[in-house]
Amino acid sequence: MINLETPKKFKGLTDQAHQVALEVLRPISRKYDLAEHSYPKELDMLAALIDGLNDSGGSQGAGAAGVKQDVASDEGNRNGSNMASALGVMETCWGDVGLVLSMPRQGLGNSAIAAVANSDQLKRFDGRWAAMAITEPEAGSDSASIRTTAEEDGDHYVLNGEKIYVTAGERAELVVVWASLDRKLGRAAIKSFVVERSNPGLILDRLEHKLGIRASDTVAFRLENCRVPKEDLLGSPEIDTKTSFAGVMKTFDNTRPLVAAMAIGVAKASLDRTRELLEEAGIVIDYDRPVTGQPGAAATFIEMESDYEAARLLMMEAAWMADNTKPNSLQASMCKAKAGRMGTEIALRCVELCGSIGYGEGELLEKWSRDAKILDIFEGTQQIQQLVIARQLLGKSSSELR
Amino acid sequence: MPMSAADNAMGLGLRALNRIAGSPLLDRVGLRGPAEKALYSATKSGFKAAGAAGRTFARVQSNGKPASRLTTGPRNDLFDLKPSDEQQMMRESVGDFAMAKLRPAALDSDAACAAPEDLLTQANDLGITMLGVSEELGGAVTERSAVTSALVSEALARGDMGLAVATLSPAAVSTAISLWGDAGQQATYLPEFVGETVPAASLAIQEPRPVFDPFGLQTKARRSGDGFTLTGTKSLVVRGADAELFVIAADLDGAPALFITEAGLKGITLQAEPAMGVRAAATATLELTDVSLPGHALLGDADPGVYADCIRLGRIAWAALAVGTSQAVLDYVIPYVNERSAFGEPISHRQAVAFKIADIATELEGMRLVTYRAASRADQGLSFAREAMQARRLAATRGMQIGSDGVQLLGGHGYIKEHPVERWYRDLRAAGLYEGALLV
Repeated sequence: MINLETPKKFKGLTDQAHQVALEVLRPISRKYDLAEHSYPKELDMLAALIDGLNDSGGSQGAGAAGVKQDVASDEGNRNGSNMASALGVMETCWGDVGLVLSMPRQGLGNSAIAAVANSDQLKRFDGRWAAMAITEPEAGSDSASIRTTAEEDGDHYVLNGEKIYVTAGERAELVVVWASLDRKLGRAAIKSFVVERSNPGLILDRLEHKLGIRASDTVAFRLENCRVPKEDLLGSPEIDTKTSFAGVMKTFDNTRPLVAAMAIGVAKASLDRTRELLEEAGIVIDYDRPVTGQPGAAATFIEMESDYEAARLLMMEAAWMADNTKPNSLQASMCKAKAGRMGTEIALRCVELCGSIGYGEGELLEKWSRDAKILDIFEGTQQIQQLVIARQLLGKSSSELR
Repeated sequence: MPMSAADNAMGLGLRALNRIAGSPLLDRVGLRGPAEKALYSATKSGFKAAGAAGRTFARVQSNGKPASRLTTGPRNDLFDLKPSDEQQMMRESVGDFAMAKLRPAALDSDAACAAPEDLLTQANDLGITMLGVSEELGGAVTERSAVTSALVSEALARGDMGLAVATLSPAAVSTAISLWGDAGQQATYLPEFVGETVPAASLAIQEPRPVFDPFGLQTKARRSGDGFTLTGTKSLVVRGADAELFVIAADLDGAPALFITEAGLKGITLQAEPAMGVRAAATATLELTDVSLPGHALLGDADPGVYADCIRLGRIAWAALAVGTSQAVLDYVIPYVNERSAFGEPISHRQAVAFKIADIATELEGMRLVTYRAASRADQGLSFAREAMQARRLAATRGMQIGSDGVQLLGGHGYIKEHPVERWYRDLRAAGLYEGALLV
C-alpha cells in the first residue's frame, strides 16, 4: 500500500540523531569551521556512543556500514538498514555535515569495506576508521583511468601513485586505496586495497584549505613502494572484465543515497532557520493561497520546500529499493543529482532571502551554503550522475555517451 | 512541406466544424439556425447557450438519515511505493485505455475542442465516476482512496491530458457529493453517476482574473428566504456546455462555500472558452445571473475545512495529470533523440541532449513521489495542505519545464502538430494554475 511517511519504527533513531545534531554538533559547528585542520575532539565521545548504538542494534543498522544490498527476502515490504542509515545521516547533517564526515569509524571507506569485503576482512577491519582514496590529480570523475598501480611481490602488493581529496585521510586508521593491477586491462583491473594509515609507504603530502566542510580534513597522499599484504585486497583479485569494476562501483549505488541525505540535511537546516527568521520578520507562509498572491519571500520559501521534498522522497525511494533488493542504480543517481543541486540552490537562496543576517558569520546560513557545494561534487558530480542516468534511460554505453 | 501542413490544418478545421455542427447541443438549445454563422470561429469564441437542460434530478429527502461516508484506509506504518493489487489492476486497465483510445483521439479532440462521445461513454464503462462513490450508494469502493484516483488520473493523462480532464470531470462532482454531501444530496445525485449514462458534470472554482485566489471569490451567494442567489462568473468550466450538474464555489457571508447547481436553472449561461490547452475538455465560461438555489443546494454546510480540502484535492489531481503527461513526454523524446542524427551520430550522444533527458526523468520522478505522498496523506486522514501545495508547485515549475524541454529536444519538429509535444507543452501549463475541476 502506497505510503510515503517515515515509519514510526525509525522515530527513536531520528529523534536521537536530531538530539546529537542539536546538542553536540551545532554548538561546535562554527568553532571548527574557523579552526580548520584542528581535530574536533568532542567527536570521540560521540563516536563511542554511535558504536554502542550499533552494537546494541538500537540504531537499526544506521551508520556508514549499514548501507548494503540486503539478501533477498520474501517477507514483503522492508524498511531496513539503508533507510535507517539515510535517515540518520540526514538528521546528523542537519547539525553539521563537516563534523559528520569527521565522525570516527563512519568513513566512506567503512561503507566500501561493508560492501565488498569477505568475512575474514570484515572481522579484521571491524571497529576501525577507514577513509577512501580514489581521486588522482589526472583522474577525478573518470575513475576508470586511475594511474596508481599495484604490483604483486611475494605475499604483498606494492602500490605506487598519488591520491588527492581523501576525506578524513589524516585522522582515519585505514585508507581504502583504488589501484590498478594492470593498466593495460583498463577498468576491470582496478581493485581496492586496505592500507594502514601508519604504513610508511603512505605519505601525507598536504592538508587542503577548503570552501566549506572545514571540520573535515581533506588530504593528498603519495604512495611510494607502499607494501600491502595480499589479504588486504578487498573482494577477489581475479581480473574479470565483465564484473570487476561493476563490483567496485557497487559501493556507490549504496552510498549515493547517503550523500543525497547529507545534502537534504543541510538544506533542511537552511530552510528551518530561514523560516524562523522570515516569521520573526512578519512573513506569513500560507500553503493554501496560491503563491502568486503571496509575498515573494513566502512564495520562494514554498518553492524551495517543494524541491526539497522531491529530493528527500527520491532519496527515500532509492533507500527503500535497496532495502527490498530492487536494483536501484538509476534511483541512486537520480537522488544524488537532485539532492546535490537542490542543496546548493536552497542554501544559497536562503542566504539571499535573509540578507546580511544570512551572509554574516553570526548565523550558520552562510556556512551551510559553503558546505552544501561539495555535496554536488564528491561521490560523483552532478554531471556524472546525469551521465549515469542518461546512459541507462537511453541505452547507451560509456563510449557512445561520453 | 508548407503546402501539406496547410492542407492538414485545413482538414482539421473542417473536421472541427463538422463535429460542432453535428452536436446535439445545438438542437437542444434551439441554436441550429442562428448558430451556423458563428461556426466559422467555432473554436475561438463560439456560441452562447443556456445551461444544458438535461435530466432532472428528483429530490430525495434525507429523513434524518446519516450520509454515507467512505472510511479512510488502514494506516500503513512502513514506507511503501508498491500499489495494492486492485490499484495496480486499475492503473493498468486505465493505462491501456488511455494509450489505445485517448492518445489516437487526442489530436482531433484538441482541434475540435470536444471529446468524442463514444470515448466518454467507454471511460464511464471503466467505472471512473464510481471510484469516489461508496458501494452502499452503488459505487465501486468501500474505502476512500485519493491514491487510486491519482494513479488513474496519471494513467489517463499519459494518453492525453485534455481527454483525461473531460473524462474525470463528472468524477469530481460525484466525489465531492460523496465526500461532503448529506444523505439527501447523496441519494438525489449519486445514483445518476453510477448508472448507465453518467451525466456530464463540472466542479467550477476558477474565476477570470489575474492572481486568482480560490479563497477570495468574487462569485457571491446571497441568502434569500430558505435558499440562495448566485451571481458571478466562472471560467474554464470543463464540458460547460454539456454539463447537467455543477458544483460551484461562491462566497457566502465572507467565506467560500460549495453549491450543487443544476444546469437548467434560470440565469445560467455558458459560452465556449477555448484555451491554450486541455482543449478536449471543452472549457466554457459560466455566467451566473441571480440564479436561485434551494437551501439544500449548499454542500458541506459551508464548512471552511471542506472547501479547503476541495481545493487541495484538486491540486493533487492536477499534479497527477502533470505526472502522466510528463511521462508521455519522456517516453516520446527518448526514441526520438536516439533516432535523430546530426553531425554523424544520434543527438542523444551529446551531453546537452542527454542531460535534459536525465533531468526530465529525475524531476518527473520527484514530482510523482510528492504527488503520491500528498494523496496518501489525504487517505490516512493526515494534514495534506502543504503536500498538495508542493505537488502543485512542482507541476507548475518542473512539469512545465518538462513540457518545454520536450518541444526543445525535437527542435523545429517539436513546434509542429505532427508531433504531440507541442500539445503537451500547452496542456502542461494548465496543471500549475487550474483550481478545482478535478478531485482525487
